Amino acid sequence: MKLDIKTMFGRHSELAGYAVLALLIVVVLPLTLDIFRLNLIGKYLTYAFAAIGLVMCWGYGGILSLGQGVFFGLGGYCMAMFLKLEASDPISTKIQSTPGIPDFMDWNQITALPLFWEPFRSLPLTLIAMLLVPGVLAFLLGGALFKRRVGGVYFAIITQAVALILTILIIGQQGMTGGVNGMTDLKTLLGWDLRTDSAKYILYFVNAALLIGAMLLCRWILKTKFGLLLLAMRDKEDRVRFSGYDVANLKVFVFVLAAMLSAVGGAMFTLQVGFMSPSFVGIVPSIEMVIFAAVGGRLSLIGAVYGSLIVNYGKTVFSETFPELWLFLIAALFLSVVMFFPNGLAGIWKDHGARIVAWASRMWARPLAAVPASKRKAA
Amino acid sequence: MEFISILAMQGFNGLSYFCVLLLMGLGLAIIFGQMGVINMAHGEFLTIGAYTTYAFSHIAHEYAPTFAGSYFLFAIIGAFICAFGAGYVLERLIIRHLYRRPLDSLLATWAVGLAMQQTFRSTFGAREVSATLPDWLLGSWKPTETIDIPLNGLFVMALTALLTGAVLLMLFRSRWGLHVRATVQNRGMAGAAGINTRRIDRLTFAAGCGIAGIAGAAFTTIGSTGPTSGSLYIVDSFLVVVFGGAASLLGTVASAFTIAQTQSTLEFFMTGSMAKVLTLLTIILILLARPQGLFAARIRK
Repeated sequence: MKLDIKTMFGRHSELAGYAVLALLIVVVLPLTLDIFRLNLIGKYLTYAFAAIGLVMCWGYGGILSLGQGVFFGLGGYCMAMFLKLEASDPISTKIQSTPGIPDFMDWNQITALPLFWEPFRSLPLTLIAMLLVPGVLAFLLGGALFKRRVGGVYFAIITQAVALILTILIIGQQGMTGGVNGMTDLKTLLGWDLRTDSAKYILYFVNAALLIGAMLLCRWILKTKFGLLLLAMRDKEDRVRFSGYDVANLKVFVFVLAAMLSAVGGAMFTLQVGFMSPSFVGIVPSIEMVIFAAVGGRLSLIGAVYGSLIVNYGKTVFSETFPELWLFLIAALFLSVVMFFPNGLAGIWKDHGARIVAWASRMWARPLAAVPASKRKAA
Repeated sequence: MEFISILAMQGFNGLSYFCVLLLMGLGLAIIFGQMGVINMAHGEFLTIGAYTTYAFSHIAHEYAPTFAGSYFLFAIIGAFICAFGAGYVLERLIIRHLYRRPLDSLLATWAVGLAMQQTFRSTFGAREVSATLPDWLLGSWKPTETIDIPLNGLFVMALTALLTGAVLLMLFRSRWGLHVRATVQNRGMAGAAGINTRRIDRLTFAAGCGIAGIAGAAFTTIGSTGPTSGSLYIVDSFLVVVFGGAASLLGTVASAFTIAQTQSTLEFFMTGSMAKVLTLLTIILILLARPQGLFAARIRK
């Protein structure tokens, strides 16, 4: 029996991939893992948002952004500011010299809440800010750079510089942002305690639902004419320009999309993990997000999710048992992906997946074939 | 009078930072202009140079105390050789597959940089180490009563000036420099004229890394060395190259000077971190207005 993805699902082989992934993260993992490990998987899935954004802007749009950590962090910090204000109500903070403001402001002898913190008292404004602040930043940065046809390497270096700027700013302004420790001690969301197991389960499923929704949204975008234009722009930008399209607008759109996706991931990270710090904003985490997308396959949305899961899982496992080996491993993995497997795991699956499945099915069917036909009939 | 002397000393601090940025930027500009390769591991070559100097210092003080004063000059040469060698090996193994692919080389060399950082961590430990400076580098020069200029800063400046002069001399007056410039301008024609472009690329990459190694030796006089010291300078060095105009050496000098002096002048008026943030922001804003950098190539490639 020839077992082949294409013959099994035909035109729907891609949707089958989504179904398998959805089954994995919504059914299989919650049933097989305890809540602690499930929370870890939830954390990895928040990185997947940034990886999906990178698939859109880097894989399909050709824009390498080494600063996705900036947008991840901005979304995360917006949510953290809301949660921190809620945890700093005057009753819980009555031992501070100025009750009603977050503890790190108190340590830095700040006596009144800075003005830019005020909007984060309300959840709707926080949710709007969480999408708007990274989106506007991406719009301004992308707009200014893409209109001047700055692309490729120069753009990547400038995004790195932006990541560095934001990190230094957050760490330097300890009174306003919590500094290098970040915002910790986040307890409740509108009264709902985030630290209980039931809250973690609910947040995991919300995260999974948002992730699948984001993937379907991106897939829909890619299937429209816009998706075709993106691919064309990545490969032959000048031709697209000569055909009359405004390449800069296309690039800005996809960059803003990637930024907003990362911001959602950052907010979900804050909710699930319970803190946010500048160590998720800088150059190193931004490049790690690129690694997730590269390993999974920069042209595959499903691959980005698997890439995030696999690399993060490897990081957790290896940095506990072989801490010295881990950096070598990830460096080797990244190097081999860049040099030999540019389309990552998804590329390997696409090229050789049918053969692997056929081989596996032959292995499984082998015991039956070993018995000669005559004996089979007699038995 | 006090103000002038503080300004002079602050200006001099800026010059020390300018020297490290210039040496790093020179290496990067040569590599990028020559081969279209972005070397994100360049900071790690600086660290190689710094650790080599530390090793020389350690050996000199433990085993050969007579050299305690003079080891530094040997260390500089040693730093160049080690960084040159490492760059040569790297080029042979990895970089030569990535010519004209700047994005891929950026990611691949970042991975190599990670591996190098871990090697440093495993070999020298995660804590920072310092080379013991020889006596003739300690102390300071006092041109007036109130101005205090550290001698190691002057030494670094002299070294940088010497090295920059040497690089410019070699590029514009030597046979090798002629070959390099020919390969940069028109690779096909240079190859047709009998220049071994592959060998030139290899030597140029290694030379760029060697210069970073010397920057690392200079760096030991102004700070301590840890496995991640290189990553402190890498973003700044890239901005120096991009801001100066990627293929122009004069641009690299000008932009390194501007960036270093802006940051150190701003440090005078506000905290160190805000000064850095403002400097980086200003550079990015200027790049938004003029993406090709200060001294752009007149020929569009």
